[in-house]
Amino acid sequence: MSASSRLDVRLAAGVAAGKLSGRAIRLLGRGGGTAAPGLIANLIEPNILNKLTGKVRDGRIVVAGTNGKTTTSRMLADILERADLRVIHNRSGSNLVRGISAAFAAQSSWSGQPRGDIAVIESDEAAFPDVVRRVNPRIILLLNLFRDQLDRYGELDTIATRWRESFETLRPDQLLLVNGDDPALAAITEDLAAQRRLFGIQESRYLLDELPHAVDSALCRRCGAPLRYSQLFLSHLGEYVCDSCGFRRPPLDFAASDIDLHGLDSVSLRLAHDESILDLSLAIPGLYNAYNAIAAAGAALALGVGPALIAETLGAFRSAFGRIERVSYRGRQLVIVLVKNPVGFDEVLRMLAVGGLSDPALIVINDLDADGRDVSWLWDVNVEQLANGSSPIYTSGIRGADMAVRLKYAGIATERIHPLKALANSFEQFVDTIPEGGSGYILPTYTAMLELRRMLAHRGVVADFWEQ
Amino acid sequence: MKLSICWLYGSSMNIYGDRGNVLSLAQRCRWRGIEAEIVQLGLGDPLDQGAHDIYFWGGGQDREQINVSADVQGAKGDALKAEIEDGAPLLSVCGGYQLLGHYYRPADGADLPGIGLFDATTTAGNERFIGNIVVESREFGELVGFENHSGLTHLGSNAEPLGKVRVGRGNNGVDGTEGCRYRNAIGCYMHGALLPKNPKLSDFLIRAALRRRYSLDVLPALDDSLETTAHASAVGRALARR
Ligand SMILES: [Zn+2]
Repeated sequence: MSASSRLDVRLAAGVAAGKLSGRAIRLLGRGGGTAAPGLIANLIEPNILNKLTGKVRDGRIVVAGTNGKTTTSRMLADILERADLRVIHNRSGSNLVRGISAAFAAQSSWSGQPRGDIAVIESDEAAFPDVVRRVNPRIILLLNLFRDQLDRYGELDTIATRWRESFETLRPDQLLLVNGDDPALAAITEDLAAQRRLFGIQESRYLLDELPHAVDSALCRRCGAPLRYSQLFLSHLGEYVCDSCGFRRPPLDFAASDIDLHGLDSVSLRLAHDESILDLSLAIPGLYNAYNAIAAAGAALALGVGPALIAETLGAFRSAFGRIERVSYRGRQLVIVLVKNPVGFDEVLRMLAVGGLSDPALIVINDLDADGRDVSWLWDVNVEQLANGSSPIYTSGIRGADMAVRLKYAGIATERIHPLKALANSFEQFVDTIPEGGSGYILPTYTAMLELRRMLAHRGVVADFWEQ
Repeated sequence: MKLSICWLYGSSMNIYGDRGNVLSLAQRCRWRGIEAEIVQLGLGDPLDQGAHDIYFWGGGQDREQINVSADVQGAKGDALKAEIEDGAPLLSVCGGYQLLGHYYRPADGADLPGIGLFDATTTAGNERFIGNIVVESREFGELVGFENHSGLTHLGSNAEPLGKVRVGRGNNGVDGTEGCRYRNAIGCYMHGALLPKNPKLSDFLIRAALRRRYSLDVLPALDDSLETTAHASAVGRALARR
């Protein structure tokens, strides 16, 4: 037996533990069985992730950022799969070391050989330095650094500092692909041994007049003076300059222009790179998804994938979870997800069911023209997947009563079903049911979403319109 | 105790949430301790007389309707008619309702023959009737649903309508009738889904099935407060948007 094929007993045991406990947990029906098996696997073989990822032939791509990393890594994985690569990907959104370990164990043979040519790894921001140290990435894709509204003041700076320390360990053969529109990311990726390329938007439409209320004033990381934006696209992302020290947005290697937003449905853009032009037409909405697509396309181009295949894959890409917004209100985190058709509603409910749905949920169903006047579609939604939970589910909206009946016939215990009055009169009541520091879900139809957004704006709350 | 719910052409004819009707029947059985089995009967599947207790037939797209019309001719349609004559309960909505009449006449092309259970004929119209519908039924009281059809159904002299239209268009938008009744069979244009918001109708079908299968004429009451609220809110919506 040659040395290279000798069985690593400890690694195999770790993989087995990861696989078996994942199955057992799934069989017990407790959550998706994503993170706990990785925890057990890591106890048996602490280097399981290092060892498994080291065997992936075409390298690892780590995707990090406060927002959009799930979408972006799914986009990139899809492109690479279309390019006939076998991709290992922590798809379930489990992005701590143990979750990633579990994903790798599940996608490896019992002897510890990963079944993949390349890995796309989505990483949590705090776990990022540890993930980078363990997986030795070929490319690091940095999307953005937002101040999560629940974060204590200063946590973002701590993360940026830790990331900088991590980048200083990188070698010249490693590539950082960075959102240049994010001044913090641009600043912490300057002057490194690793290569750096930047992506961003070069566009004079869809500009914001001022920084959104939720965004703290953006300061220059070099000298501390306020940054001046000549263009602001989204939150703190834009074209900026520091009048005090001259720090400014670096030239873009991948520049998106001609952006066309089509409401809640789609967005198209033109991506310029070197001499080539890539026209992208996405079937998912928003500038936030434009950023996600630019990032995924940039990484794919850097890996040598052809532009036509990239455009084709991104054009066919569908959002898994629909539109998701997170806001902090009265010390609670509200996760707001638009529901507008059975397929989208199904995906949202699957997301909630996989998480075990332990937090209260409020479903707001309207039947105005933009929602569809017929609420029959609620009966085509697989509401049954919520039946195993125990958390309360509130209903509101013009046709909230229909939703309450739908919940009942899905087998959800009537003790869990709480019909509320019109949203304007019941929103605060719903928030009251969430413990301080806790979270709740709100699932509105389109016009209910608009109403909710108006109500929140009236209360001084602004959501970041990003998909997480 | 067990009831078999036969869902006719469920895979090809299931639009506008019609499966909610099947869910309503099954759950209202289960909540009373009656086992409920849902059996889908599709194209080419034979209908065994006496094997099922409640029939449901929903709406579909025109394209599907052609195949289904052909499939239900002959032995299958005869068996279904014999079941209804024997007292079996049935609910049909939209496309299913149309094919239980004598024929459906499309704008162009040949007539699609039905099985003539209802003395009714349907002709394709130029206008699509879309909206909330409220019907006053002598037997079941106020019924509420959502109609979405362009077929114009006219009842023959022997046919009894399900009720009178209070809001909406109903069978043809002219004579004020909606749906059709024959023995324990009901045809109508009400999606919504219909049964969850009209539990009286659901229980009528279950009761008829219990009577036929088990000679049982009692049905324990359920707490229908959520259903009653939804019914009232849908009626309010229909009146407001009229
Ligand atoms: Zn400066």
